[in-house]
Amino acid sequence: MHAPDGFIDVPVSAAAGVLAAGAIAVSLRGARRELDDTARPGAGAGAERTAPLAGLVAAFIFAVQMLNFPVAAGTSGHLLGGALAAILVGPYTGVLCVSVVLLLQSVLFADGGLTALGVNITTMALTTTVVAYALFRGLVKVLPRSRRSVTAASFVAALVSVPASAVVFTLLYAVGGTTDVSIGKVATAMVGVHVLIGLGEAAITALTVGAVIAVRPDLVHGARGLRQKLKLRVNGELVDAPETAEPVPAPARSPRRVWIAGLVTSLVLAGFVSFYASANPDGLEKVAADHGIDKQAEEHAVADSPLADYGVKDVDDARLSGGLAGVIGVGVTVVAGTGVFWAVRRRRTADEQAEATSPAGTSV
Amino acid sequence: MDPVSTASLEVSGLAFAYPDGHQALFGVDFTIGRGERVALLGPNGAGKTTLVLHLNGILTGGAGTVRVAGLEVGRRNMAEIRRRVGIVFQDPDDQLFMPTVREDVAFGPAAAGLKGAELEARVDRALERVGMAEFKDRPPHHLSFGQRRRVAVATVLAMEPEILVLDEPSSNLDPASRRELADILRSLDVTVLMVTHDLPYALELCPRALVLSGGVIAADGPTGDLLADEDLMRAHRLELPYGFDPRSVPAPPGRG
Amino acid sequence: MGAGHSHRLYRHGHSPVHALPPHTKLAAVLAFVIVVVSTPREAMWAFAAYAVLLAAVAYAARVPAVFLLKRLLIEVPFVAFAVLLPFVAEGERVDVLGLSLSVNGLWGAWNVLAKGTLGVAASVLLAATTELRELLHGLQRLKLPPLLVQIASFMVRYGDVITDEMRRMRIARESRGFEARGIRHWGVLAKSAGALFIRSYERGERVHLAMVSRGYTGVMPVIDEVAASRAQWSYALALPCAALVVCLLGWTL
Repeated sequence: MHAPDGFIDVPVSAAAGVLAAGAIAVSLRGARRELDDTARPGAGAGAERTAPLAGLVAAFIFAVQMLNFPVAAGTSGHLLGGALAAILVGPYTGVLCVSVVLLLQSVLFADGGLTALGVNITTMALTTTVVAYALFRGLVKVLPRSRRSVTAASFVAALVSVPASAVVFTLLYAVGGTTDVSIGKVATAMVGVHVLIGLGEAAITALTVGAVIAVRPDLVHGARGLRQKLKLRVNGELVDAPETAEPVPAPARSPRRVWIAGLVTSLVLAGFVSFYASANPDGLEKVAADHGIDKQAEEHAVADSPLADYGVKDVDDARLSGGLAGVIGVGVTVVAGTGVFWAVRRRRTADEQAEATSPAGTSV
Repeated sequence: MDPVSTASLEVSGLAFAYPDGHQALFGVDFTIGRGERVALLGPNGAGKTTLVLHLNGILTGGAGTVRVAGLEVGRRNMAEIRRRVGIVFQDPDDQLFMPTVREDVAFGPAAAGLKGAELEARVDRALERVGMAEFKDRPPHHLSFGQRRRVAVATVLAMEPEILVLDEPSSNLDPASRRELADILRSLDVTVLMVTHDLPYALELCPRALVLSGGVIAADGPTGDLLADEDLMRAHRLELPYGFDPRSVPAPPGRG
Repeated sequence: MGAGHSHRLYRHGHSPVHALPPHTKLAAVLAFVIVVVSTPREAMWAFAAYAVLLAAVAYAARVPAVFLLKRLLIEVPFVAFAVLLPFVAEGERVDVLGLSLSVNGLWGAWNVLAKGTLGVAASVLLAATTELRELLHGLQRLKLPPLLVQIASFMVRYGDVITDEMRRMRIARESRGFEARGIRHWGVLAKSAGALFIRSYERGERVHLAMVSRGYTGVMPVIDEVAASRAQWSYALALPCAALVVCLLGWTL
């Protein structure tokens, strides 16, 4: 969704730029507080810690965007990272990290116009982190205090953050778009596509947060204040003490998983997820494909190369065939979306249960 | 500077517990004279890293005192302490955080207020001493591990420290890089405290050794004697490499 | 930065454009893009003039046309978007080769294409003639918040290290016979991502210690003073100034 120059008109770009600058200024202050290590006296004040820690987290976001999550048939997707950053390091630092990634992508890779930087930061750094974090905190408060609630909250937060960002983009486009396209059309297409992308984002974010929480719960900013689990030393290894409040359900390795895999594969074969979520993870371009792919299939064969710059490697011709199916309307998007949502949630729950019974390690 | 206080480093009664209640140091006492090269040996978890972080005031707040060339480590003179104590961390990637070797070596002196030609000269001299002058404008991540470790030493030397503290200087080095680093360390005219598991390396470089175990100094003496004391070694989980006999090795040479 | 580094746009060279101080180039490119974006889309000749200006800069920087054009591919997804605009936009329609196209959409497509392409071309030229580190200095000189520039420098410095760690984790996975083939394997990959985060964060803490050990108090010491002479400024700003003239003509003609 890196908007190029000239996509949004000058006044709106400038306004978004001012908004982004303000958000960054606020975040620079807020991040000091978030990264202050109160647990260790003498470890240093937040101001000193901000640069190295936020810089490393930005490098992490940049790197993790290159981590391929295979969907099927040789296609794969990757994480956008706004929600993940917000949950792991807090909203202020999250905004900073994603903004820095966007800034450098714009300056170093010419990805996203310089004049559109404000727009891009507003939609991709500000909206995603703020929406994700607000939702996440709200859910964590409401849900029972457990590790699983945190993962579930991460899932919902990430899921909503992506279409929310699309909505904001559509709003900006409605005010400052340089072409009269029916806003209804843009909105439906953008939100439809981004709900799908949001599903992938949500699954990956929730799984990643779950993985971090299993090993270093203290590093998950959004889960601070969550009761630390007691550890028992069993055969020389530290394991989580069983919780008294919440009995761990038996690990369910149900035959449903096979069925779910079937559902997912069939969806993928329909070419939907494969095209949208992986070939080209940015939804704006996908909106284009959604309408123009039948006439412009050739153009898309070329679209491989620029993405190669970002290390989306596992994309081959399957992507094109998958893409052709992309003409299926928004109605189908919703149906498919519901299906995938259900499947992924199931899968995630199964994962968690497995995790709950066997101590998770950092090893991979 | 006070001419009476000749000791580079004086640690007395140092005790420290982490906020989570885990106590790592239980009263550490030792003194290192100016120009000495001393090895700090100890098993994992003995509190070596905790001790090192006390030397330049990153950790404070426990009991006891640390003095560097007579100056007590504390909030008031932290900047001066950090200039005087140069710590070389185990992973050079953590230490080399600037985009080029030159900027990285310049970081410390520049933070202390050096500028222009003086800064440049300081950088050149430090890189010269570790034999890395020709790599001045290279980004650190394009160097080999051994080269990065040498640059890490240079970053600290550039601050002209009173005492050089090295955390596992020989780890991950191939034999040639190991020897090169040893030559460099021998050629330096500063006090060196070397934290290590690498007992032959300690014997080669340091005439004196301290054994830190269980949060206290368990032994202090000539490195050769300590390594030859099998009971002591066993009691503190220190093991010599297979076939290595400290008695058969000539005593470490003095100032080279 | 990993893939970033090997694909980096920078081309080593000694042209006059390479030699300009980074902040003057950044300012020039930004001003140029703003001017381009503010140009009315009806003034088609103006965009041709901009393209000529950029070509002149590319010539001065000795950046080969092929290199520049290849880098423009990053824009292709938007070409697709632009191409569909005539089909979906509202308003008056014309028939071209039997297709019913919106006039407004055609203008919109042209607008996005022309401005987007010029913007990307200008950015590519900047990135091709300015080293990564210099760009960061330039951003600092342009009064970006120092803390933001510091964060960016750390990201650039450790991007490689982190990407490399990620690669090693992948190799470790593959050595144990794991190959991610579908959604079923997301859990494992996400665990890697989680571990990567922990390693990154912990490294950040160690870097902080290393910095504090060398006297860091939250402010980066100034090591290189990049100053630009008046001549260098005027040389760099020649591009946006020429563009501004074109733009003004575009509005008045």
